Amino acid sequence: MKFAVVVFPGSNCDHDAYHAVKHVLGQPTEFLWHKDTSLQGADVVILPGGFSYGDYLRTGAIARFSPVMQAVSAFAAQGGPVLGICNGFQILCEAGLLEGALIRNKQVQFRCEHVHVRVEHVDTPFTAACGVGQVLHVPIAHGEGQYFADPAVVDRLEKNRQVIFRYASAAGEITDQANCNGSMHNIAGVCNASRNVVGLMPHPERACERVLGSDDGLVLFQSVLQRLTAGVA
Amino acid sequence: MALFTVRVFVTLKPSVFDPQGRTIVESLHSMGYPAVADVRQGKYFEVRVEAEDAAAAETMAREVSGKLLANPVIESFRIEAPAPVA
Repeated sequence: MKFAVVVFPGSNCDHDAYHAVKHVLGQPTEFLWHKDTSLQGADVVILPGGFSYGDYLRTGAIARFSPVMQAVSAFAAQGGPVLGICNGFQILCEAGLLEGALIRNKQVQFRCEHVHVRVEHVDTPFTAACGVGQVLHVPIAHGEGQYFADPAVVDRLEKNRQVIFRYASAAGEITDQANCNGSMHNIAGVCNASRNVVGLMPHPERACERVLGSDDGLVLFQSVLQRLTAGVA
Repeated sequence: MALFTVRVFVTLKPSVFDPQGRTIVESLHSMGYPAVADVRQGKYFEVRVEAEDAAAAETMAREVSGKLLANPVIESFRIEAPAPVA
């Protein structure tokens, strides 16, 4: 399966994502430049973390108008699996491929630490190999990760089972204390209505090897590989 | 065609918590201004537009504000009447 990692000016987790899928997962992987208009036949697209366009205006606001995003939107509309990590999540929200917005952390601090997130639903390409309620130990590194949407939108996302990851305690309890950035309903990640586009603030790609302190993030990439391989067979 | 300046003010919707505004208020209180009840931080743009007339300049400014300058999920915007650039 061919993975593509999109590089925007200011992306800085592109090589982490590339390393995770190319060297740890062992799949063919290409970088795509933000000016590319084709996804070069990729089966999975990853929008990595970073500070695209210096976070000017709003996080992800400029990147969403990059030429490559038209191809990403078309790919997503056809059901192609798209994963947005951190800044990639912010870009997907700005592009309208995911609902809601990521605003300044409630504590007005850049939070850089390992947190626990609970997997809420396993019927997305990126959580298919997880267990429901599985707790992942993964890092966060963001200043603007507080998930916000109109309460009516959040209610609809909950009803449609589109909240995929929630900040939790190590035991998987959803508490205010575990809510590292003040997100509504402890939301760490959501998917779109057709469930093929997933975005999350934590960095699973930085937690794919024991030597990095955790390999809990690898399951997201194993999930999509398993899902696509099963589809081909 | 003429050149117009359009002032655009982008503010967080009332329902969106503004942690930066909150931090500013707390700072003002510690500086000895307890009378400051609240601060909401926003953005101000001066957009220069080539247009046939003021109405066309405003239409253009409204369009770019809705598409890029403001995110309708969290923000709203207000536009002042376009002023011809002397």
